Amino acid sequence: MNTFLLTASQTVGPFFSPCMLREGACRNVLVQPETSGERIRIEGHVFDGDRIPVPDAMVEIWQANTHGRYNHAADQGPAPLDPTFSGFGRSGTEDDGKYWFETIRPGPVPFDSERMQAPHICVTVFSRGLLNHLVTRLYFEDEPNNARDPVLQCVPADRRATLLARREPGSEPIVYRFDIIMQGADETAFFNL
Amino acid sequence: MMNHTTIGAIVRGDREVFPPYLYEAYQSTRRRAPTLPLIDVPLTLSELTGPGPTISAITPEDADLTRNAGTGGEAIGQRIIVTGWVLDERGQTVPNTLLEIWQANAAGRYLHKRDQWPGPLDPNFLGIGRCLTNEEGIYRFLTIRPGAYPWKNHPNAWRPAHIHFSVFGPSMLSRLVTQMYFPDDPLHPIDPIMQSVPTEGARHRLIAAYDHTVTEPEWALGYRWNIVVRGAYATPFESPEGGQ
Repeated sequence: MNTFLLTASQTVGPFFSPCMLREGACRNVLVQPETSGERIRIEGHVFDGDRIPVPDAMVEIWQANTHGRYNHAADQGPAPLDPTFSGFGRSGTEDDGKYWFETIRPGPVPFDSERMQAPHICVTVFSRGLLNHLVTRLYFEDEPNNARDPVLQCVPADRRATLLARREPGSEPIVYRFDIIMQGADETAFFNL
Repeated sequence: MMNHTTIGAIVRGDREVFPPYLYEAYQSTRRRAPTLPLIDVPLTLSELTGPGPTISAITPEDADLTRNAGTGGEAIGQRIIVTGWVLDERGQTVPNTLLEIWQANAAGRYLHKRDQWPGPLDPNFLGIGRCLTNEEGIYRFLTIRPGAYPWKNHPNAWRPAHIHFSVFGPSMLSRLVTQMYFPDDPLHPIDPIMQSVPTEGARHRLIAAYDHTVTEPEWALGYRWNIVVRGAYATPFESPEGGQ
């Protein structure tokens, strides 16, 4: 059935920013004033195996809206679409490795006909030195349904904490901190996707 | 010359196609490659959906890198057309998907603060472009042939001429960033980034073909390069009762 062979991945290299992070292509702010949902800020740093900040990475996110619906034809669920929310974000990293997004807390999306997934955001990382992009998920540490999330349960128990975004005490709007560690101690759990 | 190509153990997806994360001949992988196994996860709605053409309005001028610097002048270099299909592994074409490209100028210089080698800049060339595939899944760029350029990976290291491509496709599974190379380039066998691709066949598929039917008389040489991305075909995830 598979008659066409896949095109290989190659690194983004060091020079992608004028193209990929130009005005209109970079998208740190996913919300508009009319967007429904609880405003949150996602903030984190990308670190390499020496815990040195990675200043030339790009982080993309993909998420459902506040009702748990993806803005995509393959999601035919009953939850309403929000025309002001695409669900896609793209941030570069700064000299200190920092990336950020202003978005809304996603609603839960189905896993199968019976089970729901805990709210999460799909995270993809690109940089010089990554011959393939890295794929992972951000979960919220204060979400009680994490313990039943079928995807998080695939992650070895001692690595699950690397996928939990930490709520900054007293932050308003709420800030969730999610560092991405490419290699070494506390290496983020990346998915084979 | 490279004389060692230790290949790391962690590979994403298809071992015949995708490079390993750790490829020591490409030095930047050494501190950025994950060292723990990638985790196999079921495909859910989160992976079978993905960003559509959500980037703000694309104009036809965005696909003409010879003029899109907006100076009124034209980029220096051999004018080329690069076109092809975006397909998935079952041959389904991928219409209306966003491609973003970036490249060095004809002298091999990027317009970027971190590119400081003494190749000349071209005031009429930004080296960035984007377009959507049409209803048949075909993309088309007009640009100039990029030059090779030196980098500091190893002594006398030069990257073969290439164009960077970013492709979304229909889902999170189809997201791809890659590089297109040109035929008959003597730098291919000594480029660790290209050689990180594990098989001859998969490397060959990164090389565009000269296509005289794409060439336009008195105007531009034609290259054809098709991009095959992973389709959104779910392997049904069985319920726990089924023993997954």
